Amino acid sequence: METTPRVEARGVGLRAGLVTAVFLVAAIAVGLAVGSVHIGLDSIFRSVFSHVPFLHVHRAAAFDQAVVWQLRAPRVALAALVGGMLAVAGASYQGVFRNPLCDPYLLGVAGGAGLGATLAIVYAAAATAGSSWTVPLAAFAGAIGAVVVTYALGRSVGAAHMTGALVLAGVTMATFTAAVQTFVQQQHTQQLQNVYAWLLGGFSTATWHDVAICAPYVAASALVLVLHRRVLDVLSLGDDEATSLGIDVGRARLAIVVAATLGTAAAVSVSGLIAFVGIIVPHTIRLLVSTSYRAVIPLSLVAGAGFLVLTDVVARTVLSPAELPIGVVTAFLGAPFFAIVLRTSRTAR
Amino acid sequence: MIEARDLWVRFGPVAAVRGLSFRAEAGGWTALIGPNGAGKTSALRALAGLAAYEGEVLHDGRDVRRLGRRAVARLVAYVPQKPETPPALTVAEYVLLGRTPHIPYLGGESRHDREAAGGALRRFELERFAERPLGSLSGGELQRAVLARALAQEAPVLLLDEPTTALDLGRQQLVLELVDALRSDGLTVVTTMHDLTLAGQYAERLILLDEGSVVAEGAAADVLSAPNVAAHYGANVRVVEDDAGVFVLPLRTR
Repeated sequence: METTPRVEARGVGLRAGLVTAVFLVAAIAVGLAVGSVHIGLDSIFRSVFSHVPFLHVHRAAAFDQAVVWQLRAPRVALAALVGGMLAVAGASYQGVFRNPLCDPYLLGVAGGAGLGATLAIVYAAAATAGSSWTVPLAAFAGAIGAVVVTYALGRSVGAAHMTGALVLAGVTMATFTAAVQTFVQQQHTQQLQNVYAWLLGGFSTATWHDVAICAPYVAASALVLVLHRRVLDVLSLGDDEATSLGIDVGRARLAIVVAATLGTAAAVSVSGLIAFVGIIVPHTIRLLVSTSYRAVIPLSLVAGAGFLVLTDVVARTVLSPAELPIGVVTAFLGAPFFAIVLRTSRTAR
Repeated sequence: MIEARDLWVRFGPVAAVRGLSFRAEAGGWTALIGPNGAGKTSALRALAGLAAYEGEVLHDGRDVRRLGRRAVARLVAYVPQKPETPPALTVAEYVLLGRTPHIPYLGGESRHDREAAGGALRRFELERFAERPLGSLSGGELQRAVLARALAQEAPVLLLDEPTTALDLGRQQLVLELVDALRSDGLTVVTTMHDLTLAGQYAERLILLDEGSVVAEGAAADVLSAPNVAAHYGANVRVVEDDAGVFVLPLRTR
């Protein structure tokens, strides 16, 4: 009698899915509960759920309601959106370029956004004082502009060597935009602190307005990337084999890069530059769960959201009432954590 | 059935394949042989639609260029000489990727896809390995997994570039026997091969290429002559022929 082998792609798996979801929910709860003002759990619960229609939960006291709903909740929501986006974009770039060191800033997004934001802070902020749109919009435009130039540059060598050329073009672009950005910043030293505050990233000024700017891009690009999770596994076989399996490799790669870049640009424009999330989160999933993109993509999205919410809690409590730049915290906590995961995991490789 | 008509593959000014024409019938095994750089791999890549070519590649009389990429992938399965085998993917996951041409671009596998992959695993005696990561397999097991992935594609034409590289003699025989058994299902097999004796044992037709051109073609007894091997491989060999086949044995030159 023949045995029938169980032929299934592991995908996310029930246990990993549950653990990650619980992690995100717990992170959000901590994010809402922790702050310089003490607010009871009951008030937090009421503040949040009174906004859910048909539940008929009564609102908390006005002050508590304001702190939770106007200060903490948008901050948690924005950190979750940005964290999820950076992690899923990092995982996707690593898949498309088949290089584990790729991060979401690979194609010049960070440099472009930094330049755009600096120009806006230096030249436009005074002219449009009070408009919260200027800096994010300029950062977004700078990010997209830089990636378009990177892509055009990478493309010019022809399809056969495009992957490597794109990475090199990205490095070139990052160096160039950083040079211009530094030049502009040195010309306007009175704005230095504002520029640095933006570059180092953070959520201290987060509003529901920022969440509304960022959310549609993150939702659309995360959806595209999650739908491509199986295609990313096929791409891991290399261009030739993916092509011989019927995949239009050029088109698939373009769709994934465009989605990851748009989402990253939107995230960066509201949060500044937050390093390391796009590398640490996907690799932690790879080490603990699976290297298949069917697991890495969806789990990175959820775990990245929880990770950045928790990191933000640390950033705003450690030196309270002052705040640490969140990028410092991601690296300070992330590096040792990742070192531990790296040392203790035993996967076949 | 797959047919090449006046196939040319060029890399800039260099022509790697010069006017190759042949027809491989259903259930047949054709081996492309020849020294390094003769154009075997380029010819195979052109047949798989992976290299640009002039001339025609026909599948059951239809021009492959008029078919979409997915349609070609349902007709032709291709295994390169050094396939990418991501070490942490399980054998089952890897073989399932062979179903890609049958799965909608952004979709997931159906039950039929899982059954087809399961059948391919059974065919290559890999049931025990289904849950094992590719990185934990031996060379012979890995090559069987690669072939199972190609078989899961359910394409009527199987193109294999050097399917026995880096395998010991026993594994080489096992892999070639397994491929041979697939022919009884009507699969057309085209391989490139370095080992001339094995090529003669398994393929019923050999095409000897040198510098991109066909220099000899036919059954093993006609192609594998000592003068042919000397002229095109620059090798000193003794060719022994008996009722078990043709054997090409290397001899020292002094």
